[in-house]
Amino acid sequence: MALLNIRNLTVKFATATGSFTAVDGIDVSVDKGEVLAIVGESGSGKSVSMLAVMGLLPDTATITADEMTYDGQDISNMTAVQRRKLIGREITMIFQEPVASLNPSFTTGFQIEEVLRLNLGMSRREAHARALELYRAVGIPEPEEKLKAYPHQMSGGQCQRVMIAMAIASNPRLLIADEPTTALDVTIQKQILDLLMKLQEDYGMALILITHDMGVVAETADRVVVQYKGKKMEEADVLSLFENPQHPYTRALLSALPENATGDRLPTVSDFFTQEAAR
Amino acid sequence: MIRFILSKLLYLVPTFLGITIIAFSFVRILPGDPVLLMAGERGVTPERHAELTAQLGYDKPVVLQYFDFLGRLFHGDFGNSLVTKKPVLTEFLTLFPATVELGLCAIIIATLIGVPVGVLAAIKRGSWFDQISMTTALIGFSMPIFWWGLLLIILFSGILGWTPVSGRIDLLYYFPDVTGFMLIDSLLSGQKGAFTSALSHLILPSVVLATIPLAVIARQTRSAMLEVMGEDYVRTARAKGMPPSRVIGIHALRNAMIPVITTIGLQIGVLMAGAILTETIFSWPGIGKWMIDSISRRDYPVVQSGLLLIAGLVMLVNLLVDLTYGLINPRIRNT
Repeated sequence: MALLNIRNLTVKFATATGSFTAVDGIDVSVDKGEVLAIVGESGSGKSVSMLAVMGLLPDTATITADEMTYDGQDISNMTAVQRRKLIGREITMIFQEPVASLNPSFTTGFQIEEVLRLNLGMSRREAHARALELYRAVGIPEPEEKLKAYPHQMSGGQCQRVMIAMAIASNPRLLIADEPTTALDVTIQKQILDLLMKLQEDYGMALILITHDMGVVAETADRVVVQYKGKKMEEADVLSLFENPQHPYTRALLSALPENATGDRLPTVSDFFTQEAAR
Repeated sequence: MIRFILSKLLYLVPTFLGITIIAFSFVRILPGDPVLLMAGERGVTPERHAELTAQLGYDKPVVLQYFDFLGRLFHGDFGNSLVTKKPVLTEFLTLFPATVELGLCAIIIATLIGVPVGVLAAIKRGSWFDQISMTTALIGFSMPIFWWGLLLIILFSGILGWTPVSGRIDLLYYFPDVTGFMLIDSLLSGQKGAFTSALSHLILPSVVLATIPLAVIARQTRSAMLEVMGEDYVRTARAKGMPPSRVIGIHALRNAMIPVITTIGLQIGVLMAGAILTETIFSWPGIGKWMIDSISRRDYPVVQSGLLLIAGLVMLVNLLVDLTYGLINPRIRNT
């Protein structure tokens, strides 16, 4: 049985100019301990579908699905209180902008200890000790000092490590990482990805990695879902996707990798389709 | 933190000097001759007029008068009232507690109602509560204080007879001035009914004075909350599985309060302006009424130094606000 199973998920937003469909009949499933990458360009609805699972979409969003289960439990019909027993405990999420994702008015220590105290019922002292352990586990230097630091006193990479520490604090079974390296320097990107992969293995959790970076997909994922304009284009295991992409859009995405550049210009998805049409 | 406080204190010096110039020139610009006003209906001979003018130092060049004034200020001498002959500072300190009591009550009412209303309006954006409360706030903000005060007096004092029309306490009660705050002194006196009387006198003027700050605070809280609720860290708090009360009450409110605290601080200045009208309407014996009376009597030293003391007070409150701001917002404190 899949850990997370979503069938025919549709998310619509009410806007001033009418209803806008951000996710249009997507199926996603992830098994225990599996790494699933959801790839697509901006606006393909990859983040929205996962925010829908987390219940983090604004009131203007209408979510419908034929099935939306986590470990056999129906998420779509859960009350807010029932869902909070899963969110932040069993299913956690990290985001694209680590500095903005941490509250500027509280120390990072307060923010991680809050998870430990409220979600796991630890005492202040226990939470502090566990937070220290977690900071060490995610490779934050001088963890004792950094627990007292505010987000603006830390680098983007360190803030993302704090976010990851918070996300793994309750030993989740599913971690959703929404473009976790996009806002970071290239050298830091690699470190964060390696850290995520190591933790995924150590904790045996499933990981859904939302990204637009095919390089990240190749290095990390077991299975890949390619999305475009709210629809699923292709789903395959990572090897077959790179060796034998079935859908033209997937081929276009792969052709748009920077290493395929000729001359001064980076290739784009539309370049691929223009060339295809010319053939 | 000490460097932060020192830098803020340093800013006060030029501001204060600026205020002394404004206060000094403002009084000089006012039409009317204080000597003639002192003489009253009997008039004064030109010789006596010149003598008195010289005695008060008003015959010297204006610049020299200003430096005299500044020099005395540095010695803590705010001058004497032309009318009562008492030192301005003594008069100010006698009347000051009445204004502080009124102002404090008003700002407490405004904050205690304004902040929760703003938060609720933001959470329930677009609901009937949001619409009604924000429309009411707009009406409250647009209402002229003197008219609003009179309306309340007509309703609560005239028609319903619930509250007294003016003053700080019934004449029946007499007790020693311990703190200058009628509410506290009446409690300390142990006289039966004294506290209720003081409270009933305080309630209408406080509500009138609180109206504009309340409206401003409610609207500011609402917009600050709406902005903060869309921030990534609020989403993170929700993603951590925190209950809505904690997401709103701790993660969002703490950040939303930063601009609100500035607004509350700025409202203290508005409050002092409002106190002048409110105290006049309710015959509240505070510094607002004292200033109005002194202006009409051309009591130069009182207006001049009174203005300075009030401005100094507003500056001090703003300094406190800046410090609180630093406490709440670590990004400010550490820069």
